[in-house]
Amino acid sequence: MAVFMQSLLSGILIGGVYALIGIGLTLIFGVMRVINFAHGDILMVGMYLTYIAFTWLGIDPFVSVLVTFPLMFLFGGFLQKVFINRVLKAVAQNQILLTIGLGLIMSNTVMLIFTSDYKLISTSYSSSTLKVGGGVSLSTPLLVSFLITATITAALYWFLLKTDTGQAIRATAQDREAATLMGINVKRMSIIAFGLGSALAGTAGALIAPTYYIFPQVGSVFTLKAFVITVLGGMGSVVGAMLGGILIGVTESLSAVYISSGWKDVVVFVLFLLVLLFKPSGLMGKSRT
Amino acid sequence: MLRIEKLNFAYDDLKVLWDVDLEVNEGEIVTVVGANGAGKTTTLKNISRLEKPGSGTITFEGRDLGRMQPHQVVEMGLVQVPEGRRIFPEMTVMENLRMGSYVKATRPDRQKNLDRVFGLFPRLREREKQLGGTMSGGEQQMLAIARGLMANPRLLVLDEPSLGLSPLFVKNIFDIINGINRQGVTILLVEQNVYQSLRISHRAYVMETGRVVLTGTGDELLANDHVKKAFLGM
Ligand SMILES: Nc1ncnc2c1ncn2[C@@H]1O[C@H](COP(=O)(O)OP(=O)(O)O)[C@@H](O)[C@H]1O
Ligand SMILES: [Mg+2]
Repeated sequence: MAVFMQSLLSGILIGGVYALIGIGLTLIFGVMRVINFAHGDILMVGMYLTYIAFTWLGIDPFVSVLVTFPLMFLFGGFLQKVFINRVLKAVAQNQILLTIGLGLIMSNTVMLIFTSDYKLISTSYSSSTLKVGGGVSLSTPLLVSFLITATITAALYWFLLKTDTGQAIRATAQDREAATLMGINVKRMSIIAFGLGSALAGTAGALIAPTYYIFPQVGSVFTLKAFVITVLGGMGSVVGAMLGGILIGVTESLSAVYISSGWKDVVVFVLFLLVLLFKPSGLMGKSRT
Repeated sequence: MLRIEKLNFAYDDLKVLWDVDLEVNEGEIVTVVGANGAGKTTTLKNISRLEKPGSGTITFEGRDLGRMQPHQVVEMGLVQVPEGRRIFPEMTVMENLRMGSYVKATRPDRQKNLDRVFGLFPRLREREKQLGGTMSGGEQQMLAIARGLMANPRLLVLDEPSLGLSPLFVKNIFDIINGINRQGVTILLVEQNVYQSLRISHRAYVMETGRVVLTGTGDELLANDHVKKAFLGM
């Protein structure tokens, strides 16, 4: 029982970070109808920013989120303004090629600067655990990262629901032309949405940096993961991405314990296929007619 | 107030507007009538800069709209309620109305405008928390007009507001449009309900296959033989 609780809780904690990745992708898709295949590479850039902050400036990875978030927001906004805004009306293949290309540029640039060596951030707490009772102990960095994720998600939720800009972003996602007729500058909303999506991905990168290998190609794993999370949750649904992230975190964690860690990705994809078989629009998705 | 001169427009290779001239003076209700596909909606999209004209000029209060972004047009007080209502389906009635006063200059008037539109459409106050997408067609049309009014329009452009409404409601909508005009809002109306719209219009235009073929006062057009034959079934 303790083992079950242990892996369930760990799964939820890691799922929080996955949720952050998924929410970023779903936000970008919701507003732009563009699938961002550079999402994992943006996360990777966030990891390296954290690495730089840690090794060169001695800033703690979790504290560095305060810098990573705004920097990645600006980076994402720049990508949208300079590249993505130009292909919004292009065919899907061209949009996909563009984001894949941007991702390749990011990973190759990072490889030029840092080589493809694996980097590690080892903090005093990297492998420390916290006993929560009942024989269950949780990884401290995972726990901290989950708290940060929850805070960011709550803030984002409030922003999207309660502020004029947040509502305008949702309006743009629901009907771009109608939003334009409200006097909403939809290009600006797209820049903010891509900025936010990138900030979330970059922050996720910062949060996993203390417990993960850092290398230029690490992004591809997370692009795939982000894609699975958002499709599972329902493309464009923020709540769906949250659920999808947690569900995948828990599935990975439980199957690593009860089947084998080599099989956890297989289990995730079987789950993914099963959900799509019975609910093709995803958990929280509406079927588009 | 609004002046369109020699507007030509094509969707890629399909030319749909030919030398359209149209004018709206302050305080008027001006109606554009015409069969399906005549180019009425396309004309309105050019006014709101959702489409960019091939040639011709559109000015609003003397300012050329040719270089403006769509959102800047709204900031000038030229507000369009589009065909098909285009309510934000997953936002509540209240959120939809708040989006109507998204333009910064109109936000201080938000409460005043809310009171005004709830006065016109008491039903919307009851439905405040309901999602836009779950309302009936008539309610959505009320919401669409109310949302337009939240933007403090000086010129309100309405594209087929009576489309798909029950006959009882149609009469209601035209009374409301008339009432809004009396409160000092200039109106440019596109309608297929020719009789009702000409009755409340100061002036009107008839469009056929992308051209303005007839213009006059509402009463003149109601008495016009061509209009009677083509639109009124007489
Ligand atoms: N987005 C579009 N792309 C291509 N053709 C269009 C588009 N919208 C309208 N049209 C065509 O332009 C013509 C005018 O349409 P429209 O302005 O919608 O007419 P109306 O509003 O008077 O019914 C029609 O022939 C229609 O098929
Ligand atoms: Mg039309």
